[in-house]
Amino acid sequence: MRFRPLQLLMLALALACGLLATAPSRAQDGGADIGALVRAMGEASLRELQAIVSDLAATGDPSVTPSLEALAAGNLYVNDETGAVVIMQRNRMYDPVSEEEIAPVGDTDLSRIRVNNSLRRDIGTALGGLTLMSPNTATRMSAARSMLAARSPDNLPLLEEAIAEETDDAVRRMMNAARAVTILGMPDASLEEKRAAIPVVAQSAGREAATILNAALSTAPEELRPSIEASIAGIERDRAVWGAAQNVWFGISLGSVLLLAAIGLAITFGVMGVINMAHGEMVMLGAYTTFVVQEVIRQSAPGLFDYSLAIALPLAFLVTALVGICIERGVIRLLYGRPLETLLATWGISLILQQAVRSIFGPTNKMVSNPSWMSGAFELGGLTITWSRLWIVVFAIVVFVALLLVLKRTALGLQMRAVTQNRRMASAMGIRTPFVDAMTFGLGSGIAGLAGVALSQIDNVSPNLGQGYIIDSFMVVVFGGVGNLWGTLVGAMTLGIANKFLEPYAGAVLAKILILVLIILFIQRRPRGLFALKGRAVEQ
Amino acid sequence: MITQAILRALDKKAIWLVGILLVIAIAIPAGNLLIPPGQPFHVPAYIVTLFGKYLCYAILALALDLVWGYCGILSLGHGAFFALGGYAMGMYLMRQIGDRGVYANPTLPDFMVFLNWRELPWYWQGFDQFWFAMIMVVLVPGILAFVFGFLAFRSRVTGVYLSIMTQAMTFALLLAFFRNDMGFGGNNGLTDFKEILGFPIQAASTRSALFAATAVTLALSVIVCSMIVNSKLGKVMAAIRDAESRTRFLGYRVEYVKLFAFTVSAIMAGIAGALYVPQVGIINPGEFEPANSIEVVIWTAVGGRGTIVGPIIGAVLVNMGKSYFTGALPDLWLFALGGLFIFVTIFLPKGIVGTFAQWWRQARGPRRDNTTPRDTGASADRPLVAADPQPKPAE
Amino acid sequence: MADKTDTMLYLDGVSVSFDGFRALNGLSIIVYPAEMLAIIGPNGAGKTTMMDIITGKTRPDDGEVLFDGRTDLTQLDEAAIANLGIGRKFQKPTVFENQTVWDNLELALKKPRNVLATLFYAMDASDRARLDEILETVRLTARKNDLAADLSHGQKQWLEIGMLLAQDPKLLLVDEPVAGMTDSETVETAKLLKDIARTRSVVVVEHDMSFVRDLDTRVMCLAEGSVLAEGSLDQVSANPKVIESYLGR
Ligand SMILES: Nc1ncnc2c1ncn2[C@@H]1O[C@H](COP(=O)(O)OP(=O)(O)OP(=O)(O)O)[C@@H](O)[C@H]1O
Ligand SMILES: [Mg+2]
Repeated sequence: MRFRPLQLLMLALALACGLLATAPSRAQDGGADIGALVRAMGEASLRELQAIVSDLAATGDPSVTPSLEALAAGNLYVNDETGAVVIMQRNRMYDPVSEEEIAPVGDTDLSRIRVNNSLRRDIGTALGGLTLMSPNTATRMSAARSMLAARSPDNLPLLEEAIAEETDDAVRRMMNAARAVTILGMPDASLEEKRAAIPVVAQSAGREAATILNAALSTAPEELRPSIEASIAGIERDRAVWGAAQNVWFGISLGSVLLLAAIGLAITFGVMGVINMAHGEMVMLGAYTTFVVQEVIRQSAPGLFDYSLAIALPLAFLVTALVGICIERGVIRLLYGRPLETLLATWGISLILQQAVRSIFGPTNKMVSNPSWMSGAFELGGLTITWSRLWIVVFAIVVFVALLLVLKRTALGLQMRAVTQNRRMASAMGIRTPFVDAMTFGLGSGIAGLAGVALSQIDNVSPNLGQGYIIDSFMVVVFGGVGNLWGTLVGAMTLGIANKFLEPYAGAVLAKILILVLIILFIQRRPRGLFALKGRAVEQ
Repeated sequence: MITQAILRALDKKAIWLVGILLVIAIAIPAGNLLIPPGQPFHVPAYIVTLFGKYLCYAILALALDLVWGYCGILSLGHGAFFALGGYAMGMYLMRQIGDRGVYANPTLPDFMVFLNWRELPWYWQGFDQFWFAMIMVVLVPGILAFVFGFLAFRSRVTGVYLSIMTQAMTFALLLAFFRNDMGFGGNNGLTDFKEILGFPIQAASTRSALFAATAVTLALSVIVCSMIVNSKLGKVMAAIRDAESRTRFLGYRVEYVKLFAFTVSAIMAGIAGALYVPQVGIINPGEFEPANSIEVVIWTAVGGRGTIVGPIIGAVLVNMGKSYFTGALPDLWLFALGGLFIFVTIFLPKGIVGTFAQWWRQARGPRRDNTTPRDTGASADRPLVAADPQPKPAE
Repeated sequence: MADKTDTMLYLDGVSVSFDGFRALNGLSIIVYPAEMLAIIGPNGAGKTTMMDIITGKTRPDDGEVLFDGRTDLTQLDEAAIANLGIGRKFQKPTVFENQTVWDNLELALKKPRNVLATLFYAMDASDRARLDEILETVRLTARKNDLAADLSHGQKQWLEIGMLLAQDPKLLLVDEPVAGMTDSETVETAKLLKDIARTRSVVVVEHDMSFVRDLDTRVMCLAEGSVLAEGSLDQVSANPKVIESYLGR
């Protein structure tokens, strides 16, 4: 997928020239013939033109496309003196067959070759037919698509011919849809043909299917109505399902962002019982690390740009983990056992970090670009999925699993769990709780830094970046409960999806307010969140 | 009974404080109105307004102290109650504009005309009456605090969880008040006030009167707070702060005590907001910013929580600092404020007043005072997780 | 089980488990008015858990808990239960450390507990006399203006007993009252409790056997959440199961 844009570029170039590298033989065969036909257009009457156009179309040669297009657009001129036919565009002249630029010859008079609407339609059909036969799949696809939009009965024979020869499934499906749509709109098509066309339209006409069927409904004979209506209902159902799926996807995507932002917070809260108000600033620092990495790459090694995120991730982790450890050693350690004061002190730290970043980088948003593999989108059924969101979901899952492994499989993880469950007991067992605290804080902050790298891809990188996430992260932690990563996962996903499902009805702001109110009410039932720690040690 | 309770409330410290406030209430307006400009004791009008603002903040800080310092409930949403009181007052002031607005609509405030609203929403009815607005200043924050507190305290949401929920509450209100269709002026809030009770709001005499009213309200707040904290209820509150569950086993309904303190405190905050709005001339959703509410906490902490004078001193000092910094060194203000948070929590947990009182006590010999929390590890702020079910013995 | 009327405390078939661990297992206890019951048993037998259930801190999974023969305690919360007249002294002394001894007692003193009543409460001469008397009993008169945090462990125990007295409950639950006390104080405590038990019901949990002997009352041994043996101290301590699981050979 890394080469996609390049391919597209080549494709565009090839199309523009009309000289497809893959079809040289056909173009050369009829070369002379075409030249004569095109030249004949210079003196032809409207009626003769019609004949020439169909002759040109009959050659089936893509190199007739430029002249036909120019004719339809009114860009085809004839040189009154030499009788040569040229394409004139923005005061430049081109040869209609080779499309090479021609040097203007003195100030000779050029006169435009006139066309009327019926001729234009013929040209359109001819062009459609030509491109339908094009050796290039993408060209055929777009031709089929334009026929689907045109719904002209004249295209029918061409389409049928093309369908018979088509080898690509997707293109054939599109052609079939175009054919079915055309049939459905034809007054003189037989009932059977129309009946057969309905499901084809419904299945393959994409987003417009319902509109097309609705349009057909008004003119359709009585017998066809029920089946059209049923198809419309089916499409609507599908659309609702896809809509819901889209919401779920948006929800999962928001949930992953929340998960990334909250998971570090949940760890520090779970192990140390302190809320780190500067957590959002750790995210912000991670995002700024990405910015700095990209700047350096841009200036010294532009070729590495696609790897910028891979470079930024470990750096962001290191930077924020170090800052986190400094905060723990410098401030939080002194406030052990006083979580409310810790909350205030870390708030102070967050103010300082924000202002520091503002002083160094300025208050404005910083440009962080998406590497090529993170930009763009693709379609999956009825879903549109952007690569950046997809990667963030994947990344969130990876971070989550990695963290689970760290907690389950490493000595530090074991000690962290021990301290979470009973700090006094753990320290009595010889666990160096201060060390565990520092490492936990470093780990939590480092993960926030990773989240920052991810968020830099979808959000504005500014000193206020962290503030936007902190309350949401708290909500996730409070909702999910502490001491259990699964709680954070479920909390983040639930809030993300609930938010996206409420949004269409209530609007983004109201949805958020509703979620906050719902959490406030939820806390009533489970004051310790979904996955609460149990046992004597946490009582009270 | 009540007079007895008030008399008990007025210990020597409270009497001094109330006295000083009453003197200020007279002296500053007098300095502004009676002494002509240029004379040494003349108080410029902007100073009157500035200190009026500080005193509003002082009421707010005292309100927070009542729940945090005395009852262990760290509310990060007191700014919301302040802003609600402010909005209630703002609505009254908006209706007083009448047809002097830009659109000259006799009933609809400008922003409603601008949004093509045809008539006044139901919740704006009655706000043309001062008495009604004043009732709302008390009721709206009071009811919100009551409902929120009832839900939270009944299900025993405590500690950091409660703080986070109060923060979520003010954040939700912030988002709500930003919406234009809420009918509170959206982003711009309520402003361009003309007069209050028929007096032009910009006039020096009105400003002085507002200042005096604020100082007197602060004095009353001091009386109410000392009445509460010096009563047996105050001891119950301190008991809840230090060992909530033990207090339950003695038969006290902890949730109701907290609810009482929280509601009274919210009402005080609302009144402070109502006094604030006519003096600064604007109320907008920015007042609901969670950061504002946290700043109130630091005023209280700087002055000394669990004392009556502390929050007042803290609010005035920090805000004087803020006025200075944002004027002279705007880039440094957040550094200073952030540093203050860290410094106070680590080195000055009792605040200025608490620390000073400790020196004083040590200098004068071992007489003890039960109002300031001691650092015995049994403070209200034990960690939520991995904490002992009961406070540690001090040894 | 036996008749519920005329009982002060009635527990029948009470079970509770924590994450699958059964702390109480079909426990049945009856205490009559003006009766003292001493409970012994190994660590983790469920003695404190039993008190947690009576005072509403923990909800039983199963079983009946009645006070005064009719009030179902499982439906009430801690404050309501305390107001019915059940006082508790905790195993770990818990007093209000930031308040003076006097204030601790004042908080415990039996008076209306609602918000307004406490707000407007003014101590009268009889209240003061009562507190002085209690201070005398628990020997803390000299320290009445000191912060509770400054007391020694044993003094905190006494203060908590004093608070229990001030509460004037009908049923006293006393968890390990003499831990940290000197021998003579232990004797005093036993005397005090016996005195109280003349008019009220008392449940005492203690590991100190000489103290239990001093109490000279009905003894019950718990183990693994249920009653192992019951009777006089001599009977119980002669019981082979008790020797096996608690007293040791
Ligand atoms: N909230 C709780 N969560 C988990 N386990 C608990 C809880 N409360 C009690 N237990 C367990 O129940 C068992 C009984 O505890 P309990 O405190 O009642 O014992 P005890 O008889 O009072 O012991 P001791 O003589 O040491 O005081 C213990 O194993 C304890 O770990
Ligand atoms: Mg025990």
